[in-house]
Amino acid sequence: MVIDSTPIAQQTPANDTADSATDVRMSNAAIDAQLKSIIADVLGVDAADAEEFTAETGLFGHLPELDSMAVAGLLTEIEDRLDIVIEDDDVDGEMLETFGGLLAFVEAKLTEG
Amino acid sequence: MIIESWQPPKVGDLPSPEEQWLTFDEGRKHRVLVLPALFDEANKMRRFTVEVMRRLDENGVDTALPDMPGCNESLAALDSQTLQSWRRTAQASALRFAATHCLTIRAGDLIGPCDLPGWKYAPTTGSKTLREMLRARVLAGREAAIHETRDELLEYGRREGLVLAGWPLGAQMICDLDTAEAVAPGPRTAIDQVQLGGSGLWLRAEPDESAEQSEALAELILADLYPDEDSAK
Repeated sequence: MVIDSTPIAQQTPANDTADSATDVRMSNAAIDAQLKSIIADVLGVDAADAEEFTAETGLFGHLPELDSMAVAGLLTEIEDRLDIVIEDDDVDGEMLETFGGLLAFVEAKLTEG
Repeated sequence: MIIESWQPPKVGDLPSPEEQWLTFDEGRKHRVLVLPALFDEANKMRRFTVEVMRRLDENGVDTALPDMPGCNESLAALDSQTLQSWRRTAQASALRFAATHCLTIRAGDLIGPCDLPGWKYAPTTGSKTLREMLRARVLAGREAAIHETRDELLEYGRREGLVLAGWPLGAQMICDLDTAEAVAPGPRTAIDQVQLGGSGLWLRAEPDESAEQSEALAELILADLYPDEDSAK
């Protein structure tokens, strides 16, 4: 699996042009792909398996191998690859419970950044 | 492969219990001291590390993988260790094994002897290692309805020591890790994950292995040791 190592934040256009809605949608697809790739790396599953993740796919509390140390590694890797900072207070059960929750959190972080 | 005990030299009046190391030793020319990843990553990468040693052995290179005091099979108390005490053990292991090179894995480079050439695979900093363990404790606390923050824990840990992700760390170890910011420049060549292909096994939630990655790291080392040969010995 080849992963574009450019931080997503740098791929998001800074200007607000007519094309920005399209760019943002593409950017969201890229975030989705990056998150799936990180989770695949943490779980040790193939990229194809991670492709099947949906918003409802359960994470922390649903997958026994995702203990606190694994989630700590997951969050640190998200910070590194997506060039964001995740504060302790950002982390709550809802955000970590499903893939959709994590994706929404990261998208919001990138938007505010 | 031999697993045996050895006696590190005493430091002052401090007792120095026997420690275990795993060696492939046939008295060959190239002798590589292998310093493992630290803490949780050591468990996740143990098999990978030994598989690299096995491949080096098959290609004429001796290796030794020492336990650091307080880790793996060691009977020493982890909470009385510091990065400095591990550096001493690493240095003593290098002398005892008559190492010609050193391969460090991840944060293992923080304790690598500064006078040994070799390789540092995917080196990471002490502060990053520490922050991740602090984060694991914060997350585990949330599950138990305990609200802690990394900054508060770090401040406490620097004074009193702290159990992080099941690892009891003394105050000095936490201070050491927190300030071991720069990966020691040293004489070792950095090897990045991209050179091995795939994703780093330290990311895995469970210990895992990759024959391809072990092979790739061994090949890079062998290419350095035998630059005049087209393929590994």
